[in-house]
Amino acid sequence: MNRYPIWKFVLIGTVFIIGLLYTIPNFFGESPAVQISPAKTSLKVDDSLLRKVEDTLKLANIPFDGLFMDASGVKVRFANTDTQLLAKDKLVGNLGKDYTVALNLVPQTPNWLQSIGAKPMYLGLDLRGGVHFLLQVDMKAALDKAAESTVGDFRMSLRKEKINYYGIERQGQVVVIKFESEAEATKARNLLAKDFSDLTYKIAGSDKDFNLTASMSVMAQKRIQEFALKQNLQTLHNRINELGVAEPIVQQQGLDRIVVQLPGVQDTAKAKEILGRTATLEIRMVDEEKSDMATLQKAQAGQVPFGDELFADREGRPVLVKKSVVLTGDRITDAGPGVNGQNGSSVVNVTLDGRGAGIFKNVTRENVGKRMAILLIEKGSTEVITAPVINEEIGGGRVQISGMANAQEATDISLLLRAGALAAPMEIIEERTVGPSMGEENIKRGVHSTLWGFAAIAVMMIVYYMVFGGVSVMALGVNLLLLVAILSMLQATLTLPGLAAIALALGMAIDANVLINERIREELRNGNTPQASIHAGYDRAFDTILDSNVTTLIAGLALFMFGTGPIKGFAVVHVLGIMTSMFSAVLVSRALVNLLYGYRRKIEHLRIG
Amino acid sequence: MELFRIKKDIPFMSYGRLTTSISLITFVLAIFFLLHRGLNYGVDFTGGTVMEVHYPAAANIEQIRQVMDGVGLKDVTVQNFGSSQDVLIRLPVKKELSIAQLSEKISSALKAADAGAEIRRVESVGSQVGEELYENGALALLLVCAGIMGYLALRFEWRFAVAAIIANMHDVIIILGFFAFFQWEFNLTVLAAILAVLGYSVNESVVVFDRVRENFKKMRKATAVQVIDNAITRTMSRTIITHMMTQTMVCSMLFFGGETLHNFSLALTIGILFGIYSSVLVACPIAMWLGVSRANLIGDTEKKPKEDEAALAP
Repeated sequence: MNRYPIWKFVLIGTVFIIGLLYTIPNFFGESPAVQISPAKTSLKVDDSLLRKVEDTLKLANIPFDGLFMDASGVKVRFANTDTQLLAKDKLVGNLGKDYTVALNLVPQTPNWLQSIGAKPMYLGLDLRGGVHFLLQVDMKAALDKAAESTVGDFRMSLRKEKINYYGIERQGQVVVIKFESEAEATKARNLLAKDFSDLTYKIAGSDKDFNLTASMSVMAQKRIQEFALKQNLQTLHNRINELGVAEPIVQQQGLDRIVVQLPGVQDTAKAKEILGRTATLEIRMVDEEKSDMATLQKAQAGQVPFGDELFADREGRPVLVKKSVVLTGDRITDAGPGVNGQNGSSVVNVTLDGRGAGIFKNVTRENVGKRMAILLIEKGSTEVITAPVINEEIGGGRVQISGMANAQEATDISLLLRAGALAAPMEIIEERTVGPSMGEENIKRGVHSTLWGFAAIAVMMIVYYMVFGGVSVMALGVNLLLLVAILSMLQATLTLPGLAAIALALGMAIDANVLINERIREELRNGNTPQASIHAGYDRAFDTILDSNVTTLIAGLALFMFGTGPIKGFAVVHVLGIMTSMFSAVLVSRALVNLLYGYRRKIEHLRIG
Repeated sequence: MELFRIKKDIPFMSYGRLTTSISLITFVLAIFFLLHRGLNYGVDFTGGTVMEVHYPAAANIEQIRQVMDGVGLKDVTVQNFGSSQDVLIRLPVKKELSIAQLSEKISSALKAADAGAEIRRVESVGSQVGEELYENGALALLLVCAGIMGYLALRFEWRFAVAAIIANMHDVIIILGFFAFFQWEFNLTVLAAILAVLGYSVNESVVVFDRVRENFKKMRKATAVQVIDNAITRTMSRTIITHMMTQTMVCSMLFFGGETLHNFSLALTIGILFGIYSSVLVACPIAMWLGVSRANLIGDTEKKPKEDEAALAP
């Protein structure tokens, strides 16, 4: 009665071998490496890049252990960190800014294991060191900005159709246009409703004062928010690429948040600066009609003329700039530092996209002799970088921005412009940094807890239940093996609480074996034969094991659903641990007991203590 | 080796009044400390910044405080932990400074004062995140309770479900009471431990209840009290051995797990100790007082065993 059919042994054997294969990579450790990935999406990872990297290293006489390519880029393994750093410098110099070269650690998993997809567990930031940021996107600002740009679009449309209005402004996220007659207002509504169909229009007023209000529909608001988040994600991606981090994570969380994880980054100040900079460029016209001394002085005292805003330029002189925006940074396709050929000062060369180039051409043609202000908006403060006089129409979309303090600033600003503008400002609302030594220590702590706990349990079980205790310990060992194998297979993020969950899962899983062993003892005490006792013990205990595991599973799932960060890591391992323990405690231990006792004719005595 | 060879059933239920009174007193004490002292919430819940700084030589706490005062940061707590070289700095959320600026300010000030200072860990949480984590934690707790009650009601009977959940909530409150009394830091990992304990000690009740049901089937002539007494006595050995094993693992974490796992394992320890007590000596009397009987347990399962099976299928 205590014999398993062959297929059950085969099943257990197969699971065990697969478990072993996927656990092995965790023991090989990691070696220093350099990762080369394209900085632009237009560049592909291909053999020519691989050859280029190889040639560079061979030319410089830098020995390397391995060179391979995957979806994210080319990786080169080195024997030690000295050659790694040397190679990085050489590669950065040779490949230029089209590629990002980052320091990385690559697992030393043998090729045959890699070919079956066996990888070591994916360690979370608290185990490998690095920075974690949670950024909150300011959605109200995104909507305000969208409304502000609608104002500009309206103005242009109305002017083109020669519809008369005497005022247009943004009130919150609603655009209000003032008309003298209802007929004009209706005409405007019909025109705008055709061109900008996702807004809702309403006319109100009487006599000579009619207001046309345009507000965004809920759908449109949602679309703007989604777009803002997407663009911010993209921008962060670009900026992080400039930072040169291996395996960064940039992910959306919820509706208005972004998680950024930078493994291995220690210079958090630099990372924060790059992430947090919300620099955007705006090109607006200087209000020349109101730029006389008297108005400027009044404006400085707080009486800014309607439709204008007052900013200071680099020398601290006040400049009155029109509120309507000619162009924003979104229209920039490329930006790079340069030198002005005439006076040798630092400049930023900006290339605009097609639509931007068209607008720029029109505006410069219509405003020859007037000043155009280039504004840099950063962290909520706006600065007029330069306000040159337009000498002639500028076509072709190539613009040179002068007024840079030095070459470094020209480089910084072009980086910011190139990496794209954020659609909405963001704020860091959570920051977690773990140093590399701390990460190593955390691994040690988690592993030591698990191993010493395991050893103590093993001793106690064997002393108390003898052979059956030994069987339980072996089953528990299989449990640990399978848990590590599944975590490696799923590449689920392992954190310190996750390591604690492994230990706890083992401590709890032994319950099933204790239940079974106690039950067998009880059956023996009631005078049953050894074989019948084993059978009844496993049979009766199974219901109880199932019930108790389901309740634990419920707790685990709730943790997973509502948990964030460390809790989630704990929950994943907890839930997986329960599943593997069902397999090992019931099937594996039974198989071992069956092998030991099931094929004997006569058993005098079960060695169960 | 066999530690628990008990010939006669121990009349646990006749101590019911005593054991539940003891529980009630601990419970009331726990509530009192919770209300009186409150929990010492970690930055996960309150928002704020915690920094772990390592110094090559013994750290001068007074000097670090002065450095903090020097950059205009008040209400900063600086304390040693683990060794004299490791310092923990905590400060609440500042309205005028974003958390990014705050941590930058502190680390640059510390490095300026002592170049050997190594910032090993920074945790900064904004106040809105803290509030959400708090809400999610409470929600998770509710969901676990509802899920476990639902499962037990399906699998056994509502009386068992109610008894088990009262017993286990009592554990949770007592753990919280301990954390309030000793003012141990209550953070996310502690919350995870509490939820894990909740699932774990319900196990305990399940094992006993399973036995109760089995006994109702086998011991046809016995009264409910005899049935429960026998069930507890027969499962006692497993209860104690299992908890000993789990506690061994938890102790290992307590000794080797370092600062992060310290409070986690403390919560588990209290949960395990009180879990044994409450699931046996609180859940059973409550189930008894609610009136579990042969009729409402077996009656159901014998009439429609199929449905019972179906409810079980994963």
